[in-house]
Amino acid sequence: MFSGAALGAGALIVAVLFAVALFLVVQALPTFSANPAEITGGEGFFSYIFPIVIGTLIAATIALLIATPIGVAVALFISHYAPRRLARGLGYVVDLLAAIPSVVYGAWGASFLASSLKAPYAWLAEHLGWIPIFAGPASGTGKTILTAGIVLAVMVLPIIASLTREIFLQAPMLHQEAALALGATRWEMIRMAVLPFARGGIISAVMLGLGRALGETMAVALVLSSGPLIASLIRSGNQTIAAEIALDFPEAFGLRMHELIAAGLVLFLITLAVNMVARWVINRHKEFSGAN
Amino acid sequence: MATLITERKRSALTRGRLPRYTPWVIAASAVVVSAALLSLIGFNVFGWAVLSAVLFAAANVTAAAIVEGRRKATDKLASSLIYGAFLVALLPLVSVIWTVLLNGVPGLLTPGFLSTSMNGVTGAVDNAAVADGTPVLGGVYHALVGSVLITLWATIISVPVGLLTAIYLVEYSAGNKFSKVITFLVDVMTGIPSIVAGLFAAAFFALILGPGTKTGFVAAVALSVLMIPVVVRSSEEMLKIVPNELREAAYALGVRKWRTIVKVVIPTAISGIASGVTLAIARVIGETAPLLVTAGFATSINMNVFAGWMSSLPTFIYTQIMTPTSPSNSDPSTQRAWAAALLLILLVMLLNLGARLVARLFAPKTGR
Repeated sequence: MFSGAALGAGALIVAVLFAVALFLVVQALPTFSANPAEITGGEGFFSYIFPIVIGTLIAATIALLIATPIGVAVALFISHYAPRRLARGLGYVVDLLAAIPSVVYGAWGASFLASSLKAPYAWLAEHLGWIPIFAGPASGTGKTILTAGIVLAVMVLPIIASLTREIFLQAPMLHQEAALALGATRWEMIRMAVLPFARGGIISAVMLGLGRALGETMAVALVLSSGPLIASLIRSGNQTIAAEIALDFPEAFGLRMHELIAAGLVLFLITLAVNMVARWVINRHKEFSGAN
Repeated sequence: MATLITERKRSALTRGRLPRYTPWVIAASAVVVSAALLSLIGFNVFGWAVLSAVLFAAANVTAAAIVEGRRKATDKLASSLIYGAFLVALLPLVSVIWTVLLNGVPGLLTPGFLSTSMNGVTGAVDNAAVADGTPVLGGVYHALVGSVLITLWATIISVPVGLLTAIYLVEYSAGNKFSKVITFLVDVMTGIPSIVAGLFAAAFFALILGPGTKTGFVAAVALSVLMIPVVVRSSEEMLKIVPNELREAAYALGVRKWRTIVKVVIPTAISGIASGVTLAIARVIGETAPLLVTAGFATSINMNVFAGWMSSLPTFIYTQIMTPTSPSNSDPSTQRAWAAALLLILLVMLLNLGARLVARLFAPKTGR
């Protein structure tokens, strides 16, 4: 009886994940069979989804470009630089960053960050405007894809930091002590004994962060004033899948609803692929590292 | 004679090293120099701190490069970058908390904020409040009720499923293929975007109850999809560390397996399980996106999760910012949104603290 219940619960989880995929597919189907002219944009589903997929990727890329180096450095700081007594408390502070709800980050990004980034954006447009991604005129509100990317970076950072910290702490102590005993400086020790060991872990932590950045909704929905796909990061424009769904779904009905669910299905598949690769890397790493 | 003494002091081991006080000297001069530089173009505290830090790092590395050689300089550079990255990472945390406190405290202290709903609070009411300078009316009572009820139902769904799955994985599966599949899928489930979980619940109930079904229960199902993997993971870890001797002792006394699990294994692990569940609650109570597409927006109190739209703290914040109650005077709405944000952060922090307390409270008594 009891073992049956336990087995049933396990099976339920498998069923739920398949149900998520199944119901999204069923509810998305009308979009694919609909007349292309009736889809938003009037040119079929592909040309509707393409710009927001690219927008999603742009925002996630910005987030990772900022969060990866800082996150890894923060993890190194906590594992190898901070005084031992401080390290646990600092780890808790980083976890605190992760505990703040995304809507609060969104509100902060929209009200504080966007307005304080107006001046830098204007400067960028004036002096670096010849680079396509900084083409002016800069947004007057600061609510651009770059701001959204920065807010996403703040939200992804604790994930990358806490995962890589775990890996750094597992790095074999003997190797590190041997490196120090041979006269290596702290940085040389980290480069020779810690980073090579942690490479797989860092990659998978970044992938998991990417999964989060791709699917994060509120930061983008509140921060970005959306529009069509453009190359410039400092003008209002671009849109991500998750934000598009959050903004439009509450009022959507009929074909529009199916369209948004289809967009959700695309997002689901992208994040599923990213997460599966990340987990695969982690599991492979576990088998070969000898850390367990 | 004098030269002999100094040479003995600076032996081969310490030659080519900067004296210990160097960083302090460099730091002091960096602070002074950057203050002087900034006073030329306009002084501000933030720029001063940043410039001092950059100058300090640069001077430190250069001094090391000149006196101590390239390897030491590289080491110093790496250290400066890592310390700098940590400080940069703290900036948003401090900034977020400061912004929320600054904007949220006045609203939270407004009488009636916690005990009234937005029922009857219209744009005209807000306009009047701004015009007359009277306190802002309306509050979060309905959202608070909604948040608590939805999270409660999500917990009621997720905890049994999650806990039983963890028990299956640890106690019954013996590492078979199916358990590997479950573990993998649970890992994958942790990565499901929250909005997709919301869409799933919306699509599911649209199929069985007709399109446009938005109730608190739909939202609870959406949150469960996010919560179950967290519960499974944390309970699994906790069950794994229950020593095998306890199980074997129970079996030796002729206790059945299910009774061993219920009477021995779970009570031993209960502190970890409870704190894991509390952390999972803290995670989902702040979720916004799934509630937007499943629970709708309500302005009045709804105690029934099975019928009618429901508000919650995160969606309350979102709607107050995106569509202010009075389009011409958004200040009262902004104030309510920030106050709700502060309340939400306080709730999440309390839950996090509670998790630690629970872990300590339920910890199994150890003999003596």
